[in-house]
Amino acid sequence: MAKMSFENHIMKQFDEELEEIRTRLMEMGGKVEQQLQNAIRAISDADSKLAEDVIAEEQHVDEMEVDIDEACILIIARRQPAASDLRLVMMVTKAVNDLERIGDEAKKIANHAVILAEQGGSSEGYTEIRHMGQSVSRMLANALDAFARFDVDAAMRTLEEDKQIDLDYKTALRELVTYMMEDPRSISRVINVLWIIRSLERIGDHAKNLCEQIVFVVKGKDIRHQ
Amino acid sequence: MSKAATVAKKPKKTAGAKKKAADQDLQISAEEVTVGQSFTDKPKMTMRNINVFYSDKQAIHDVSIDIAQNEVIAMIGPSGCGKSTFLRTLNRMNDTVEGCRVEGEICMDGENLYSPKLDVVELRARVGMVFQKPNPFPKSIYENVAYGPKIHGLADTRVDLDEIVENSLKRASLWEEVKERLHQPGTGLSGGQQQRLCIARAIAVSPEVILMDEPCSALDPIATAKIEELIEELSQNFTIAIVTHSMQQAARVSDRTAYFHLGKLVEVNPTEKVFTMPEHKLTEAYITGRFG
Repeated sequence: MAKMSFENHIMKQFDEELEEIRTRLMEMGGKVEQQLQNAIRAISDADSKLAEDVIAEEQHVDEMEVDIDEACILIIARRQPAASDLRLVMMVTKAVNDLERIGDEAKKIANHAVILAEQGGSSEGYTEIRHMGQSVSRMLANALDAFARFDVDAAMRTLEEDKQIDLDYKTALRELVTYMMEDPRSISRVINVLWIIRSLERIGDHAKNLCEQIVFVVKGKDIRHQ
Repeated sequence: MSKAATVAKKPKKTAGAKKKAADQDLQISAEEVTVGQSFTDKPKMTMRNINVFYSDKQAIHDVSIDIAQNEVIAMIGPSGCGKSTFLRTLNRMNDTVEGCRVEGEICMDGENLYSPKLDVVELRARVGMVFQKPNPFPKSIYENVAYGPKIHGLADTRVDLDEIVENSLKRASLWEEVKERLHQPGTGLSGGQQQRLCIARAIAVSPEVILMDEPCSALDPIATAKIEELIEELSQNFTIAIVTHSMQQAARVSDRTAYFHLGKLVEVNPTEKVFTMPEHKLTEAYITGRFG
C-alpha cells in the first residue's frame, strides 16, 4: 500500500466526500499557516493593524473546524468508512482540532503583538521570536505538505524538527530570563515575548501531532507517545 | 467464474476508464498465499488444502484455515468468491450437489469429516446450519424444535423433550414471544422470529458448530440486531461460522474475518484488524467499497 488513494469507490459520491474533507483540511491548513506568519510579522513590523486582522480571522478558522467536523460525522453516519477511509476520516477530525489550536495560538501571538506595538521601544527577545517563528512556520508548512502528498517519510522527518524547536524554546527562555535579570524594568515586556515563544512551542507540538496522524493514515500505526 | 484472473466480471455501468485501471490492481495471481492469522492454537475445525470443484470448474482453490473453539468467524467476499461453498464443505452439504467434489482434509476435533466411515446424519447434528431464508417446517413451533432431538433420540420422555424445546427457544431468545402459542404453525411467525426458530431448531440437537449462511439478509434491521445479539450469546457455547454480505455485520459479530476472492482465501485476521488496517490490498479494496 505504497500510494494512498481515496478514489475508485463504487459510489463516486463517496470519493467526492473524502476528497472534499481533504481539500477543506488543506484550506484550513493554509489559513492557519497564513495566520501564524502574519502574527509573527506583526511583531517584527510592530504592525497592530495586521495583528488585529489575525485576531479577527481566528473566528473564520473556528468556523472551518466546525464545518469539517460536521462533514466527517456525516461521512461516518452515511458511509460507515472502513480501513484507510476510516483512518482518513478519523485523522481529519483530529487534524482540524490541532489546526484550530494552532489558530488559537496565532491569535494569542497577535494579542501580544498588539501590546508590544503599543509599548514600543526596545526589541529585546525579537531575535528569539524571529528564529523560533521561522522554524515553527517551516515545520507547519512541511507537515501540511506531507499531508497533501501522504508522504510518511516527510512526516517522520518533520516530526523530528519538534525536538529542535523544544531545544530552541529552552534556550530562548534562558535568554529571556537573563534580560529580565539585567534590567527589571523590561520584565513586563519580556513576559509578553515569553508568552509568544511559548505559543510558538505549542504550535510545534500541534504540527508534530499532524505528522503522527499522517503516519496513522498511511501505515495504520499509532506512533503517539513513543 | 471462468475468468479466474480478473474481477472485471461484472463491470458497473458507472465505471469508466478509471475503473478499468483500478481493476488491474485487483487481480489475484495463482501462487497468492493467504495472509494474516489462519491458524490457531486450539482449533475446533482444521481445514487443509481444500479444493472444491463443480464438475470441471474449480470453486475453491487450496484453502487452509482453522476455526477456533467458541469463536465467531465471518467469511466475506464478493458474490461468487466461494465463501458459501466453503461453508458448506464444513458439514458436507456439498455432498448433495451433483458433480461437486471436495479435495483436502477437513477435521473436527481431529476427526476427518470426509472419512467414509463417518455418519453424515450425525455430522449434521454436530454441525448445524442456518440458511439465508428462514425455512421452518410446515409444522407447529414445538414440532419444529422437537423434530431434531426426536430423530436423533436425544429425549427419552415427553418431559425431556419439553425441556429441550423450552431451553432451545430460550437460548434463541424466542421463548417469551412464542410460549403461549407453541402449537401454532411456525410459518405463522414473522421473518425474524422464523429465523430465530430455525436457530432454536439448530441448537436443539446440541451441535458443536453452527454454520450460518447469510442468516439476516432477508430480515429487517431490528430482527437483524436480535440475531446478531443472539450470535454473541451463542458464541459462549458454540463455535460459529457465518457467511455474510454485510461487512458491517461481519465487523459487529465476528472475532476473526476471512476474506475470499475468486475462490481463494486472501486474508484471515482478527476482525478489528481487518476493518481498520487490512493486510491485503484486495481486502482493503473490498471493505472500503471499491468493488464487490
